[in-house]
Formats: sequence, structure tokens, C-alpha cells
Amino acid sequence: MNTTEIISLLPYQAPFLFVDAIETVSENNIKGSYTLKKDEYFYKGHFKNNPITPGVILTEIMAQIGVVCLGIYLMKDTIEKQYKPSIALTSNSIDFFLPVFPNEKVTVVSEKEYFRFNKLKCHVKLFNEKEALVCRGYIAGMIK
Amino acid sequence: MTKEELITSLKTIVKPYIQDEEAFNNLTEETDFINDLKINSANLVDVVLDVEDKFDIEIDNDSMEKMLSVKAAIDIITNKLNQK
Repeated sequence: MNTTEIISLLPYQAPFLFVDAIETVSENNIKGSYTLKKDEYFYKGHFKNNPITPGVILTEIMAQIGVVCLGIYLMKDTIEKQYKPSIALTSNSIDFFLPVFPNEKVTVVSEKEYFRFNKLKCHVKLFNEKEALVCRGYIAGMIK
Repeated sequence: MTKEELITSLKTIVKPYIQDEEAFNNLTEETDFINDLKINSANLVDVVLDVEDKFDIEIDNDSMEKMLSVKAAIDIITNKLNQK
């Protein structure tokens, strides 16, 4: 399965698709990126006249690239044509270190902790363009 | 290991994942992980992984699907320990 196929199988669309590209993927890890557009819908309210990317959105970017994309890749041997992934976030614990502003490109690096009985748990980090750590933590979800 | 010791170990393992305190305090062999303790399916995976670590056994997919109650868990753990 190549990276374009993975992205095409994602069950999201605008304004809630947060994956632009996957750089590398393997059985144990994945690396991908997303550029926050200037006019993302949430900047209108977060905050008033002071657009900063919400932590829940950074978490979502980490989950979409680091857990869902990796999960789809790990399912590659069992999935068939017309496969529609069924996914659910089940837990996350993230620490935040730096803000992310409109037009910034962020890169997500995720390492698999385990994938057992359809539960995928990963240790995920998100970096900005200066390669500084923005946030990191553990995210787990169920995927079928 | 006696059945009581197994139940005590299981109680320690499931404790972080339960929602229903009363069902947990009154836990018996008949207690169901999902319906009584209200453990979600993701945390049920954690219970199984913790059981593997605690008893140094491997739980396969078939056993995982059956491991829905204290009684089923005890049967599976006992079987796996006897196979060692």
C-alpha cells in the first residue's frame, strides 16, 4: 500500500481532513505533515482576533497522521476493495510546549506501541518547521 | 494459584478501567466486564495485555473474544497456565 492510497482511504474531508502528505510509513512508525491554512474555520473563534491553533486540533492532526494513517497501513493485508475504515479515538494524553499559528507547516512522527485486537496505541510527536517539539503524547484508537 | 488469588489479581488489573464502582466492589465470578463493570472495548484490550504480563501467558484472538467475564477470564488464564 502506498502513501496516496492511505490518504484516499481516510474517512475525513474538508474542513476536518488534516493530512497533506505522508513521507514515510512502516510496520512500526509513520511520518507525515499538514500545513494549517490561513482561513481554517476554527481561527475565527480561537481566539477573538488572535488566531492560534487549538490544542484539540493539534491532537486531531496527530491522531489522523500518527494513528489513523498508520492503522490503515497496518490493516493492509486484511482489507478488501471498497474498504471503509471504521475508527474511534479511545484515549489520548498530550503535553503541549509551543503555539502553532496560521500558515505553519507541522510534521507528525508516530511510533507504534502496540497493535493488538484492533487497538492501536502510539507515541506521537508533532514538530514545527524549525523542528522544535510542539506537543507529544500517547494516542490510542480502535480500527476495523 | 487458587481461584481466590486469581480473582484478587484480576480485580487489581481491571480497577483502572471500570466505570461502575458498585459492581466492582461486589465483583464475583459472574461479573461481566462490559455489562456490569462498564469497561469499554479499548480498555478491555488493556485488561488482556495486563493479564498477559501478569501471568506471562499469551492470549490469542479466540480467547480474547471469549474473555468477557471474570469466570471466562479465570478459565482462560487457568488453561494457559496449565499448558506452560
